[in-house]
Amino acid sequence: MYLKSMKDDSVIKINNVTKQYDNVFAVKSLTLELKKNQIYGLLGPNGCGKSTTMGMILGLISPSIGSIEVFGRNIEKYRTEILQKMNFISPFIDLPKKLTVEQNLKVFGNLYNVNKIDEKIPELLETLKIQKLRTRLVGELSSGQKNRVMLAKALINDPEILLLDEPTANLDPDIADFVINFLKNYSLRKNTTLIFASHNMSEVDKLCDEVILMRSGKIIKKGTPQGIKNFYEKDNLQEVFLKVMRS
Amino acid sequence: MIFNNRIKALFLRHIYLIKGSVPRVIDLIYWPTIQIILWGFISKFFSINATSLNYGVGIILSAAVLYDFLFRSSISFNMLFLEEIWSRNFTNLFVSPIKISEIIISLTFASLIRALIGVVPAVLIISPLFDFSLLDLGLGILPLLLNLYIFGISLGLMVSSGLLRFGPAFENIAWSSLFLLAPIGCIYYPLSILPDWLQFISKLFPLVYIFETARGILLTNSFEYLNLIYASLINILYLTISISLFYISYYTAKKKGNLINIGE
Repeated sequence: MYLKSMKDDSVIKINNVTKQYDNVFAVKSLTLELKKNQIYGLLGPNGCGKSTTMGMILGLISPSIGSIEVFGRNIEKYRTEILQKMNFISPFIDLPKKLTVEQNLKVFGNLYNVNKIDEKIPELLETLKIQKLRTRLVGELSSGQKNRVMLAKALINDPEILLLDEPTANLDPDIADFVINFLKNYSLRKNTTLIFASHNMSEVDKLCDEVILMRSGKIIKKGTPQGIKNFYEKDNLQEVFLKVMRS
Repeated sequence: MIFNNRIKALFLRHIYLIKGSVPRVIDLIYWPTIQIILWGFISKFFSINATSLNYGVGIILSAAVLYDFLFRSSISFNMLFLEEIWSRNFTNLFVSPIKISEIIISLTFASLIRALIGVVPAVLIISPLFDFSLLDLGLGILPLLLNLYIFGISLGLMVSSGLLRFGPAFENIAWSSLFLLAPIGCIYYPLSILPDWLQFISKLFPLVYIFETARGILLTNSFEYLNLIYASLINILYLTISISLFYISYYTAKKKGNLINIGE
């Protein structure tokens, strides 16, 4: 199905969304607009509503109140069409371990209706420098290798929006740095909107165009990393985070 | 001392587990009870129906193979679903553009392949070992297999709905649901063997009609078309209910947030 081309350059509109589990508010009256070709960092302590927000954008969680539009369409109603142009990566999910890297990518290539998947897979593996892993079982890979395979899965459909939930968790600094640089270049090259949730402030500072600070299910500040540092009169985001969370 | 603290420690670890979990205790009671009930009814059947003894091997073997086909179809569906949870791939599936109907259709066909891989060798082994072939049931076996397959998928869908809604904790139900059907489904004996009150419950399942038809072919060489119609109608009802249940579970899981943290 044809997705509305948005008149403005926003790709995601979160309209006064609340998510409530029994008596607990995971997200409260959230309104947010995310624009094309931007990299957003979602920051906040555990339980602040980052994952719930991502889950709702992906159509995995239904909002209790409010609506979310992606590419101008409601995610609840146009899930299939919207997800065709999105993807997701998280250290809390995995790929089938008994399948090889290539088999996994073929499965996901088919799930996303990717054309010429046999050409796409070697191209992706080369970009991520993991050609040698093609015939290896995912279960045999190190966490650094697995992370890059997960990234290949997340890029299999050339997503226009990519959501990343702590993509560098459990990675050594060298591989984490590779991933961050790769994502930055990828976003520039492919005009992809990235939504990045992390606890690593230096990565957020390096990667993101805009930072969204969340606490108790609400946005408490939104702006460029420098703008946020200036506002809170701190030298780095780590100090901003501590100041905000302890205030 | 034989019972030192280390032995006691490990012993206690498992006792605490049993004490703290009612489902575990029920699970321990469930299997022997089902086995005893099942074999009790089988014994009753052969003791009051001596002529059936002449066909004993055929009746038991054909029932065992047909039941296994049902079992494989259903368990395969659940296993495919559980595989996604165990491999933590579940969320990946639900963030892809796949539709619920497409999940159901693909798992249905994958289950058939798994069921056939399991059952075909068993069918081939029976013939040289026991001088009995399932083909003795003739072409009539095809609608029976189709009905068993549809019922297996319906059960698989119902259990998967539970997995979707309640997570891997529902796994035990996946294993035990089919064994419960063995005694009340009249797989190895006719409906008349059961007490009246249990007959009423049995008639709510298509298995009674399917296995009565199979026994009819073997014992009297007759094919009860009416039984097949009953089985098909009940199956359509179960399939409709199970598909609806799967959709309801999906939407409930979305409300509860289960799709993002299932298996954690």
